Amino acid sequence: MLAKAVNPELLTELEKRLLNEYQQGLPLSVTPFADIAQHLGTTEDEVLRILSDMQEQGFISRVGPVFKPKRAGASTLAAVAVPPESLESVAAYVSGFDEVNHNYERLHRLNLWFVITAPNQLRVDEVLAEIEAYSGQPVLYLPLMKHFHIDLGFPLWC
Amino acid sequence: MSDDIKLDELDRQIVVATQAGLPLVAEPYQQIAEELGTTAEDVMQRMQRMLESGIIRRIGAVPNHYTLGFRGNGMTVWDVPDEKVVEYGEKIGALDFVSHAYHRPRFLPEWRYNLFAMVHGTNRDELKHKIDAIAEMLGEDNRAHEVLFSTRILKKTGLRLIPGS
Repeated sequence: MLAKAVNPELLTELEKRLLNEYQQGLPLSVTPFADIAQHLGTTEDEVLRILSDMQEQGFISRVGPVFKPKRAGASTLAAVAVPPESLESVAAYVSGFDEVNHNYERLHRLNLWFVITAPNQLRVDEVLAEIEAYSGQPVLYLPLMKHFHIDLGFPLWC
Repeated sequence: MSDDIKLDELDRQIVVATQAGLPLVAEPYQQIAEELGTTAEDVMQRMQRMLESGIIRRIGAVPNHYTLGFRGNGMTVWDVPDEKVVEYGEKIGALDFVSHAYHRPRFLPEWRYNLFAMVHGTNRDELKHKIDAIAEMLGEDNRAHEVLFSTRILKKTGLRLIPGS
């Protein structure tokens, strides 16, 4: 799912400025890309071409609104220490739940980290219990208590 | 910011129509408006309202850090005194190389850390310097920390806002 990495040196100044300055604040106007072009001293066609190219090449996943994660329901980050020989099987089992939207392997004794999101806490607890039963390992659950940073993007190149 | 505004059916349709990205055309809101049977002004006003209420965090280009060469990403975890976790969370969250910072409960005895921060750098050396800077800022209140590198993304799906939910 991950495209090849780009050497940032290969990006033009205009591409970098678009990436750095427009992770937020895309104008809510009839012609947002013309407005951006005027600000950057280029043309609407050029802005659209660059954004399309960067999207096609996977440098950006999209241009548009970033929504706050869903408010309703219950969720938790969870982690489990899986013996190497059963990692593939447990990882596939975890990813198989619709309630799991993120699942990462990490370099740590606790080597599998995932997020469970469900309509209610009861279902979150059920998924945790099923994963615990399948893996034969205790599952740590670390629900969010406070989020400190509103994700406004951050500078890619200074 | 308050997120207690109610989304009506058209708001939800706008969310569904834009969550995978705007069409890259000269008048994207007009195109969405036509698909939904309304006006560009209405779409923009509704998105403005969602932006002000915090349902939309931002509107812009969403970079793929990994593809752009940011290979030194790490989930850092910190054990700080509970009474200072909010103060430090806000300070760490404000750093420009940190994309997310969270307070989560400890899970003793297996897990002593109560503060999480996603730190970004182009390589692991750069990442190490940034983590050292956080450690320095915390001083003696940094009772322990670790960095957990991800070795594989096994599943990653974006926001799924189901209409009517």
